[in-house]
Amino acid sequence: MRDLKVFKNLFASERRSRTLSELKLMFNVLRRSPTGVLGLILTISFLVIGIIGPYITPYNPIFIDFKNMHKLRLLPPSLKHPFGTDEFGRDLFSRVLSGARVSLLAAVVVLAVAIPLGLTLGLIAGYYGGIIDEIIMRITDVFLAFPGLVLAIAFSAAFKPGLWSAILAVALVWWPSYVRVVRAQVLQVREALFIEAARALGLSPWKIMIRHILPNVLTPVIVLATLDFGSVIIVTSSLSFIGLGAQPPTPEWGRLVADGRAYFPEKWWYVLFPGLAIFLTSLGWNLLGDSLRDVLDPKYRRRLEFKKEIKKEGEKSG
Amino acid sequence: MSEFKYYVIRRLLTFLPTIIGVTLLTFVIARVIPANPARLWAGGVKAKPEVIEMLTKKYHLDKPVYVQYFYYLKDILSGDWGTSPVTHRSILADIKTYFPATVELAIFALILVMAIGIPLGIISALRKDSWIDHVVRVVAISGASIPVFWLGILLQWIFYYHLGLFPAAGRGIAPHKVYTGLYLLDSILSGDFKAFIDNLSHMVLPALTLAYPSIGLVARITRGSMLDVLSAEYIDYAQVRGLKKSFIFKHVLKNASIPIITILGLIFGGLLSGAIVTETIFSWPGIGTYAVGSIMNMDYPAIMGVTLLIGLIYVLVNFMVDLIYALIDPRIRL
Repeated sequence: MRDLKVFKNLFASERRSRTLSELKLMFNVLRRSPTGVLGLILTISFLVIGIIGPYITPYNPIFIDFKNMHKLRLLPPSLKHPFGTDEFGRDLFSRVLSGARVSLLAAVVVLAVAIPLGLTLGLIAGYYGGIIDEIIMRITDVFLAFPGLVLAIAFSAAFKPGLWSAILAVALVWWPSYVRVVRAQVLQVREALFIEAARALGLSPWKIMIRHILPNVLTPVIVLATLDFGSVIIVTSSLSFIGLGAQPPTPEWGRLVADGRAYFPEKWWYVLFPGLAIFLTSLGWNLLGDSLRDVLDPKYRRRLEFKKEIKKEGEKSG
Repeated sequence: MSEFKYYVIRRLLTFLPTIIGVTLLTFVIARVIPANPARLWAGGVKAKPEVIEMLTKKYHLDKPVYVQYFYYLKDILSGDWGTSPVTHRSILADIKTYFPATVELAIFALILVMAIGIPLGIISALRKDSWIDHVVRVVAISGASIPVFWLGILLQWIFYYHLGLFPAAGRGIAPHKVYTGLYLLDSILSGDFKAFIDNLSHMVLPALTLAYPSIGLVARITRGSMLDVLSAEYIDYAQVRGLKKSFIFKHVLKNASIPIITILGLIFGGLLSGAIVTETIFSWPGIGTYAVGSIMNMDYPAIMGVTLLIGLIYVLVNFMVDLIYALIDPRIRL
């Protein structure tokens, strides 16, 4: 019995060191791609601003100073107000900074609902096949029969309008793509020898799915989730832009662009900066996701490593 | 050919349940999720009790859910998609008025996507890792990252306010005779040159806004599949045999086009949802503007009508794309 434990520990430490070296490799690959680094910088700044943004705003993003409103209204960008001010004299820089929190919240909640749901359904559909697969996939197809934004509009119009209904609506249309991806991946892994071995050993289906199949389907899910982070932000801000989603005075980026349109193009800063915030954030996640695809591909990593070794050999001998 | 027939039948067997599923989902959103659908249909808080009662009776909202669904299907098929509580007009009649403008915009955008995206993809595959390849990559990633509504406003800013090249809003003048409701096509058919130019110049900015996110996508897919085909052994063989370059190129293009066709449906879906936001920016009189106007007015039946319509169209387009795919690639039929 004790032998078995030692044996297991041995494996665990071996696995840990392997994971560490893999992580190091991943970081090396990521560092090599300038777009990946730019993506990492953009996403980390977004996360940091999303978390601490509301605490570092130079002005109160929501409070309206009615006494001085006429003096502060729609001021162009200056040192005092880097992004200018809005029609109520509020500092737009402060509003954009605290808007990051709203977008971060939306993306995290949507993915926290969509990914576990998609993973579970995709694993079940792919592993069991047959009638269960058929039922899950037909339901998934129906959700995918609508362009995402259109269905999200219908859902959030059916709920009480507001930020949370918009987030819920987007989450409701987001899970099906994960079911598809996970299922396709499971179908590839399902027939592998190590799964058959696990089955022959009498492991329960759940254990097989979680211990042996799940780790093998995670890579595409991580890439998709990274790319989706940006898409979720765009879709929720589109909902706010057309009047569903965040309601005033919540500083939401899409809503800010919509409000600024009334004063465009004379007060161009009102539209420019909130839109730029959406663009840069989404750009960051897309760049990062694009590089992660290469980074998480073990074959690609090995190839780079191999090239490096060859180069070293060449330098040694030459 | 019998093989193809068999494929069509098999594909129809999944197509019909999906159509029913689409109506079921819109039914659930319209009638089951809201606590009191009749009140929502009658305009929410402002609804009059007698109107609510009338609607409850007319749409059988006091009956069990499955009976309601039966009546819902019957109404859709018989052309009663509900009445707007705001304008008191029939939803389906309104949709018929607004729809041609959206179709015209989407088709024009689709042409732009293909006409720009495919050549870009081909060039970047042939000149891999050159500056043009990097430019295409930037276009693709920025297209996926830019919010359509912001892009539209920026284009208006540059091309209307600063350069004065194109009009910022609205659709061109109606040609002498309207046959299809697609003004560009109609102005050619009726030989109305002035209307053609006017419609074309109104079309440029909204179509470009709508197309931009998909251009990069098509370019990247084209590039990827070109590279796959170019590295295939039968191309090497053709070269070794000394076949003419133009002949080889034709084969490469044909085989590389298959993945592009598979994403056509996806792109069309992107254009449909993009149209909702784009039309709002450019005051384009299509169903997108109609839908957003309905959201502002809390015109719930209109929102659900547009949702149902877009769902049905999208399913139909994907079905047709699958058939084209099967026609071109025989392997799919098996």
